[in-house]
Amino acid sequence: MDAVFQWLTPGVSDAAHRTDVLFFSLLAITAAVAAAIFAVVVVFAIRYRASSTVDRSAPPAQNLPLELAWLAALLVSFLSFFAWAAYDYRDLYRAPADAMPVYVVAKQWMWKLQHANGRREIDELHVPVGQAVRVVMTSQDAIHSFYVPALRLKQDVVPGRYTSIWFRATRAGEYHLLCAEYCGTQHAAMRGRIVVMEPAAFARWLEAGPHEPGLAQRGFELFRQYGCSGCHSTRSAVHAPELAGLFGRTVHLADGRSLVADEAYLRDSILLPKKDVVAGFEPIMPSFAGQIGEEDIQAIVHYIRSTRRE
Amino acid sequence: MTYLGEGYTLRSWLSTHDHKRIALLFAISITAFFFIGGAAAAFMRLELATPAGDLVSDDTYNRLFTAHGVIMVWLFLIPSIPNVLGNFLVPMMIGARDLAFPRLNLASWYVYMAGGILVLGALISGGVDTGWTFYTPFSTMFSDSHVVLTLAGVFVLGVSSIMSGLNFIVTVHTLRAPGMTWFRLPLFVWAIYATSIILVLATPVLGMTLTLVAIERVLGVGIFDPALGGDPLLFQHLFWFYSHPAVYIMLLPAMGVASEIIPCFARKRIFSYRFMAYAIIAIAALGFLVWGHHMFVSGQSAYASIVFSLLSFLVAIPSAVKVFNWTATLYKGRITLSAPMLYAWGFVGLFTIGGITGLYLASLALDVHLTDTYFVIAHFHYIMVGGSVMAYLGGIHFWWPKATGRLYPEMWARVSAVLVFVGFNLTFFPQYLLGYQGMPRRYHAYPAEFTLLNVFSSCGAAVLAIGYLLPLVYLTWSLLRGAAAGDNPWRATGLEWQTPSPPPKHNFEDTPVVEAGPYEYEGART
Repeated sequence: MDAVFQWLTPGVSDAAHRTDVLFFSLLAITAAVAAAIFAVVVVFAIRYRASSTVDRSAPPAQNLPLELAWLAALLVSFLSFFAWAAYDYRDLYRAPADAMPVYVVAKQWMWKLQHANGRREIDELHVPVGQAVRVVMTSQDAIHSFYVPALRLKQDVVPGRYTSIWFRATRAGEYHLLCAEYCGTQHAAMRGRIVVMEPAAFARWLEAGPHEPGLAQRGFELFRQYGCSGCHSTRSAVHAPELAGLFGRTVHLADGRSLVADEAYLRDSILLPKKDVVAGFEPIMPSFAGQIGEEDIQAIVHYIRSTRRE
Repeated sequence: MTYLGEGYTLRSWLSTHDHKRIALLFAISITAFFFIGGAAAAFMRLELATPAGDLVSDDTYNRLFTAHGVIMVWLFLIPSIPNVLGNFLVPMMIGARDLAFPRLNLASWYVYMAGGILVLGALISGGVDTGWTFYTPFSTMFSDSHVVLTLAGVFVLGVSSIMSGLNFIVTVHTLRAPGMTWFRLPLFVWAIYATSIILVLATPVLGMTLTLVAIERVLGVGIFDPALGGDPLLFQHLFWFYSHPAVYIMLLPAMGVASEIIPCFARKRIFSYRFMAYAIIAIAALGFLVWGHHMFVSGQSAYASIVFSLLSFLVAIPSAVKVFNWTATLYKGRITLSAPMLYAWGFVGLFTIGGITGLYLASLALDVHLTDTYFVIAHFHYIMVGGSVMAYLGGIHFWWPKATGRLYPEMWARVSAVLVFVGFNLTFFPQYLLGYQGMPRRYHAYPAEFTLLNVFSSCGAAVLAIGYLLPLVYLTWSLLRGAAAGDNPWRATGLEWQTPSPPPKHNFEDTPVVEAGPYEYEGART
């Protein structure tokens, strides 16, 4: 990493390789077309220079078949690349079911990360090789952007909502984690690293370090501390939705919509409970906006995620 | 008597209603702002010559790139070709004595200057650090710089844009000479007309958006900040609804300039005139429907992203048609590579590279990697600086004899065109590579492996600076000592060349009657 130049940041995931293939394919075709255009311009500029006595009879004012052929060629190639790029893009947002969750809170000018077992990190993310990792992110202040060039992956981190992205690193090593969205004074210093480890080494790393209760355990404590369990438990007299096993299920709402319960839905339900009211329930839940920090919300969300329907 | 001899006092200039004199007022003002904005860029390139942030502080750097962006976008690029060349040429090209509203035209310059002074005021009193994009909630809640003063300046500049746009639209509709049908209009007039439509339709959205930012910042009304119940992506949608079409405000007039210069120095009718005119309209219309491609990683709906990606590919098609037709215009021409022609082809070359790399950014999966990196910086500088500024300089040279009655030194002008082209590529091509390596934009310090390419880029900037300063010197010299040009040194066919150079106050002694299209060069007649 001390070199002052490198040809290409190595891609360390299958998705990164696919992005490289797309890039170099597009480069090959567009460079060839651009070179052809520039060559024609140079040839014309020389052949038809003012001093040459070349044949100039019957200059065309237009040539409809040629023009339409150019249009058609453009349309076909553009649509092909559009479809290819859109197909790969769609995969970036469809995490496998077994993806390991990591929760991220960005703030001026640091990255705070929590693993499911409670291990926390700052400006570093340790992950195992070959394991799908799903990063669920929010910001405490301005917009930031989680960018790992080696993974060819970037996602804005927006206050007031969750965004997420997933990856599966294929090679152990250390890679840049950068903030790509301008966020104020020390934007350029909001840099960290992704440490991709062999699974055994990762398991050791995960167990070492400051020992805290698991994220779900902490979420459960917060769930009681904030009084959530007072209504959302089977023994409660209050008519509130049962949360055990909710994550990933389809929820039918009072206004006829339905959605899949993901992290963003759970977060919204805590802070904006009137937004998505479950069918058959009264909108009686109070908002917890302003009373609970983003990291605590992530712990509660992870707790709900970890519960199973009895 | 020429328009220049109608009065020599400062007052005669500051109270003029003559579109040609107002064009010169704009020319002087935007040139000053160009060099102020350029100085900010020079400091940035100096800072980036080493990976450590060692020349200026991070806060200073953030103020530099914001000043560079705000000044170059609103005080130079947007008014450049429309308000200088458009003001000077549109009435003459359509056979009119002036724009439809001469006083509105002068007012537009005063409003422009008021906006410029507000922006400069913000700069002098400490600057602003939001970036020219003013993204919320950073701009509304977290920046402690002079945001509102800058917003006010940009708002006022937008009013000037709308005034000028309206003036051009009414002029083209109502003041065309007898026989000047729509399909006999020079493509430059088509381009200014389409640009004016964008100015009038898009700029009010910018004004409203900036007002909302100021309301949230000053009064704490929740519009964009989620902590107040607002939505930060709403700002991005509104901002890019203006700022993407704004790219075409900067580009279409440049295309118009190239379409005048290339037929003249190829002595040939422009190839496929109607396709060229339709392409201008298609770009202006489609340009309104692609703003979401700035937001592929913002958290906007993936389905919206897919639609915006498709439309972004489509908007590239009319541009490619234009490149094809400029090239075909050379076929069987009688070509002279004089300075304006070199600038025009410099424009086409850089625009082609900038346009092609736009396809990379329209490609969804690629954009995820490339957006907010130096790849984007390189892409839009190829179009807006490489392309538009080269075309602007080409136009300045092409119509210089018309406006001043004097010739510029041809050799120096060719040297400058080549220097700008080479210096530009040296500066910005390495930035494409940096972008693919993953260097984010707006970085005051950067990882060591990006050093070499940044050094190349900074060296290129020095060459580019010389290329830009050179015309300032020899054009000033030409103003005082240049050889007399005669009325039509290029033997060009446009109506603007059918009057004396410099033109008299009312352009034409008798209103011309138009009987043919705009590009009846020798090659078109043989």
